[in-house]
Amino acid sequence: MVNTGFLLSVAAQAAPATVGEWWAQYGKMLTDGIWGTIYMTLVSTAIGYLFGLPMGVALTVTDKDGLRPNAVVYKTLDVIANIVRSIPFLILLILLIPFTRALVGRSYGTTAVIVPLTIAAIPFIARMVESSLKEVDAGVIEAARSMGASNWQIITRVLLVEGKTSLIINATIAMGTILGYSAMAGTVGGGGLGDIAVRYGYNRYQYDVMFVTVALLIILFQLFQTYGMMIANHFDRRKGNAMTAVTLVVFIVMTVLIAVCGGIGILSFIKEMFLK
Amino acid sequence: MSEILIEHVSKTFLSKDGKVEALKDVNLEIGSGDIYGIIGMSGAGKSTLVRCMNYLEVPSEGRVLIEGKALSDFTEKELRKQRESIGMIFQHFNLLMQKSVIENVCFPLYIQGKKKAEAHKRAEELLEIVGLLEKKSAYPAQLSGGQMQRVAIARALASNPKILLCDEATSALDPQTTSQILALLKKINSEFGITIVIITHQMSVVREICEHVAILKDGVVVEKGAVTDVFLHPQTAVARELIRDDAGSEAEQPMSRIQEEINNGEIIRIVFSENSAFEPVIANLILTFGEPVNILKADTKNVGGVAKGEMILQFKKDNPRTEAMKQYLLDHGLSVGEAPEYYG
Repeated sequence: MVNTGFLLSVAAQAAPATVGEWWAQYGKMLTDGIWGTIYMTLVSTAIGYLFGLPMGVALTVTDKDGLRPNAVVYKTLDVIANIVRSIPFLILLILLIPFTRALVGRSYGTTAVIVPLTIAAIPFIARMVESSLKEVDAGVIEAARSMGASNWQIITRVLLVEGKTSLIINATIAMGTILGYSAMAGTVGGGGLGDIAVRYGYNRYQYDVMFVTVALLIILFQLFQTYGMMIANHFDRRKGNAMTAVTLVVFIVMTVLIAVCGGIGILSFIKEMFLK
Repeated sequence: MSEILIEHVSKTFLSKDGKVEALKDVNLEIGSGDIYGIIGMSGAGKSTLVRCMNYLEVPSEGRVLIEGKALSDFTEKELRKQRESIGMIFQHFNLLMQKSVIENVCFPLYIQGKKKAEAHKRAEELLEIVGLLEKKSAYPAQLSGGQMQRVAIARALASNPKILLCDEATSALDPQTTSQILALLKKINSEFGITIVIITHQMSVVREICEHVAILKDGVVVEKGAVTDVFLHPQTAVARELIRDDAGSEAEQPMSRIQEEINNGEIIRIVFSENSAFEPVIANLILTFGEPVNILKADTKNVGGVAKGEMILQFKKDNPRTEAMKQYLLDHGLSVGEAPEYYG
């Protein structure tokens, strides 16, 4: 019984009798946790794409059937992606502690966790982008070449345009994975909902808090997933999916929410990273 | 001066199984304003040859000259510029599925750095020419194959090319749509004086619109010349085979007395089932009644071991025995129906 003393101190607290009391005790922590998770997920995904998208494009273009085959560049990126992806995230998280500390100043908390999250996300996203772009019909690329398009024009006007639906679906998957990783980061004090679930569920056996946390994680995941599939389907011009009034409202509300959360997240990340 | 000159072009691909010679010492001269057909079975090297004309494939040996200028002398940038004056259409249309019809037509113009307003104006003119202006906001997935090919043609014409390369452009289309697309190509050729190169495995396409033809077999041009010469006096076995395989041949036949007699007569569709296809029903019909029957179309296939087929027959006009003849066909296990699409 490692945590006996700790448990005793918890047991000494009066157990909340009503939902109101329960919320008064844990509400602030849970809302902070939700925000922490959203913050980590959105900022890591954004930075992940900032680097992962070009890396994925580079992998596609330099592959032997690509627009500009280059074995050296392809192999280098390929090996980097494989190395990072072969390390389990939990171990990567610990492995990167010195690096994170050097970059952020500390190795715990949501902002610090964004560093390993992003590093894990980049090669993952790059692979996703690579597979999306390789799905693009070679005939359309050839048609663009026959019209005198440069490689850059083919990337921006054909690959990224025709691969759009697949890119969005994969972005949704990437975001879900990062959300899962962010919860894992809770084991080393990463903050967010995962952190709460580990501290209360694993360390204190307070299952009520853990269940609520897990439920919140599931809801968040569902929201991201539904939203992603919604955009992917609606903007896929191969299908004639018109939005109903209800889905349109949900879509607009979600878009605004994600834009606002993402914006605030990125601003606070910049503030914490560079203006401390 | 010839528009396209192919001199001793060879192309070798390196594959796992060794070297594949796709083209062997090909020489062609395609005149300005010509409609030139290149025909051959699949694997004959047709697609490789046409791609040498805009350097999507670089020949291993030999030269390709467009208006007297060798493509091999061009830098990558000059080559891209040159490609703007060579339009190309494809078997599977190769449209951007995520962009609307008009944006597809605008695509080559955007590539050239044209502004949106200017590109749209030009695209609308082109959609008018191909008869799809009302579909400009539709997406390719909402169009039929023929319509998609029209969009592809409009797109290929956007940059005012001098040459239009057609790579099996009608192979994915039904015969009626094929004729419409070919008519459109002919119109483009005569109105804008664009040289058209048509790659196909269908002799009917060559017969319908080409002036000259080259027959390709295993990467070698075995025969070339004016379409009428090749058709009337095929020199090689390949040419004869292609002409023989020209299914649904509607080649002009001299108007015979019988044909005149039965012109405008009743047209029916008969469908063979079971074993009736093995029995010479039509021959017996003619022998029994001593009346002429015009076979407009016939198609028999072996479906799961059972011969099934369809024939379009035309009877003599106002013949009182027509009904009896139809009954004869019914009695022999054939189904008889109307064929309204064959009138007029």
